[in-house]
Amino acid sequence: MKVIETRLPGIGVRREIITNSGRRVGIVAQRDGDLDLIISKANDPDTCIASIRLTTDEAAAIGNLFGSPQLVGQLRDEHRDLPGVSTRQFLITPGSPFDGRSLGETRMRSRSGASLVAVLRSGQVQASPGPDFQLAAGDLLVVVGTSEGLDAAADILQHG
Amino acid sequence: MHTTALTLIELGSVLLFLGILGRLAGLIGLSPIPLYLIGGLFFGSGGLLELEGVVNFSEVASEIGVVLLLLMLGLEYTAKELVTGLRQSWMAGIVDLVLNFTPGVLVGFILGWGPVGALVMGGVTYISSSGIAAKVMSDLGRLGNRETPTVLAILVFEDLAMAVYLPILTAVLAGLSFAGGLGTVGVSLLVVTLVLVVALRWGNVVSAVVDSKDREVFLLTLIGAALLVAGLASALQVSAAVGAFLLGIAISGATAENAARVLEPLRDLFAAIFFVVFGLNTDPASIPPVLGVALVLALVTSATKIGTGWWAASRQGIGRLGRARAGTALVARGEFSIVIAGLAVASGAVDGQLAPLATTYVLLMAVLGPVMARLAEPAMELLARRPREAVEPA
Repeated sequence: MKVIETRLPGIGVRREIITNSGRRVGIVAQRDGDLDLIISKANDPDTCIASIRLTTDEAAAIGNLFGSPQLVGQLRDEHRDLPGVSTRQFLITPGSPFDGRSLGETRMRSRSGASLVAVLRSGQVQASPGPDFQLAAGDLLVVVGTSEGLDAAADILQHG
Repeated sequence: MHTTALTLIELGSVLLFLGILGRLAGLIGLSPIPLYLIGGLFFGSGGLLELEGVVNFSEVASEIGVVLLLLMLGLEYTAKELVTGLRQSWMAGIVDLVLNFTPGVLVGFILGWGPVGALVMGGVTYISSSGIAAKVMSDLGRLGNRETPTVLAILVFEDLAMAVYLPILTAVLAGLSFAGGLGTVGVSLLVVTLVLVVALRWGNVVSAVVDSKDREVFLLTLIGAALLVAGLASALQVSAAVGAFLLGIAISGATAENAARVLEPLRDLFAAIFFVVFGLNTDPASIPPVLGVALVLALVTSATKIGTGWWAASRQGIGRLGRARAGTALVARGEFSIVIAGLAVASGAVDGQLAPLATTYVLLMAVLGPVMARLAEPAMELLARRPREAVEPA
């Protein structure tokens, strides 16, 4: 996959790919850190059907959404031989009780039996984060456990 | 009344008035520059209110405004962007120069202002407002479009051309002899090249010297360096503005981004004062006589800019709609046309009608540019539809 990079002097950098369906999809990274998500128009490839301003947090959340299915799929494959064990992902939303608190404070494993195996942040995978890891809105948690354990974990993350 | 008190009261009212105008501009999605000029016309000589107390302050402040405008412009680009931009777009840049410098030159000669007036008017009609163009493209969601790099490359070329044009203008306005003028231009070309080389090779060193973790120290170092460089350049007759522009280019990377962030509010304040002072010095009564010329010039130079953008975009294999978008994005003239006219008026070497003509022209172009950019697509679609409607039975 080739990423085409175009410098936009005075504004920032544009990075895009051309999809199999012939559309340009990419981002414009602005100087101030904001990102524009761009998708080209089907009948006029010069212009864009959408150019959506995203804050750093929003862009990171979207990056996680794109990145997590692969990770979850991989974990699911690895757990195939262990019946009763499954993988689920949870998003830390702004205003969640654990936004800005450390992972240790959730006491997730002792309360639900499910374990957190990775956190996706800004499109990056943080594997096996320690108890000091600070959670933030936009983080996507990948949790492995029994289905009861995962339900309990969901309850903890939602209600504290 | 005490003079200091009067100055403060007058300055306060002017800035407050500008704030209201700026809010109005934001409401209707307009660049505030034309409104600042109108504000200046309103307050200045022959306007509704004459302000005497602010003259001393505002004169220095408007000089600082020009220095900050050019410093920020330099900060926006890295030397690498300038060099690659120049390599890719020099042909479009030259077409742009020829098409848009000529109308101003012709008007200067037709009005009998001689070669000096012609040189000034050429600069006024040549340079697009990179500020307005970038804002329009960003507001209309065109940053992802394929014609956008072409438009930006032309703007970069224009800004570099300014670095050569301004010293020539300064020399001519100072009434230097041909040999003396040639010397100044030689010096400035040498300095521009030197700065580009230094910025490309040792940009991090320049940045490290200016940079500081303490915001206050950083701000003082930046402004101090900018004013010092501008003053030295001015003493060498190389134009203060160009000195500041080159300093901006030499500062690069994270330092440039921080500098832009720190300087932006100051630039906005002093540049607003600069536009107002330019308006202040223009008598509103002198505008009606030049209105006809300004209108013709506005129409002609809109067409030449659209032609430039159309041609440059078509060379990149961009479709008709994209070409129209590229052309109209370049139409707006603004801050730098006023900087050029301001230099000319301050030197006293040009005709008295130049200031009102430049003011009227920029007022027209700063409003027309964004409007045309918005209307480009609907207009092209209308043009494309008309023949088909004629063929199809009702």
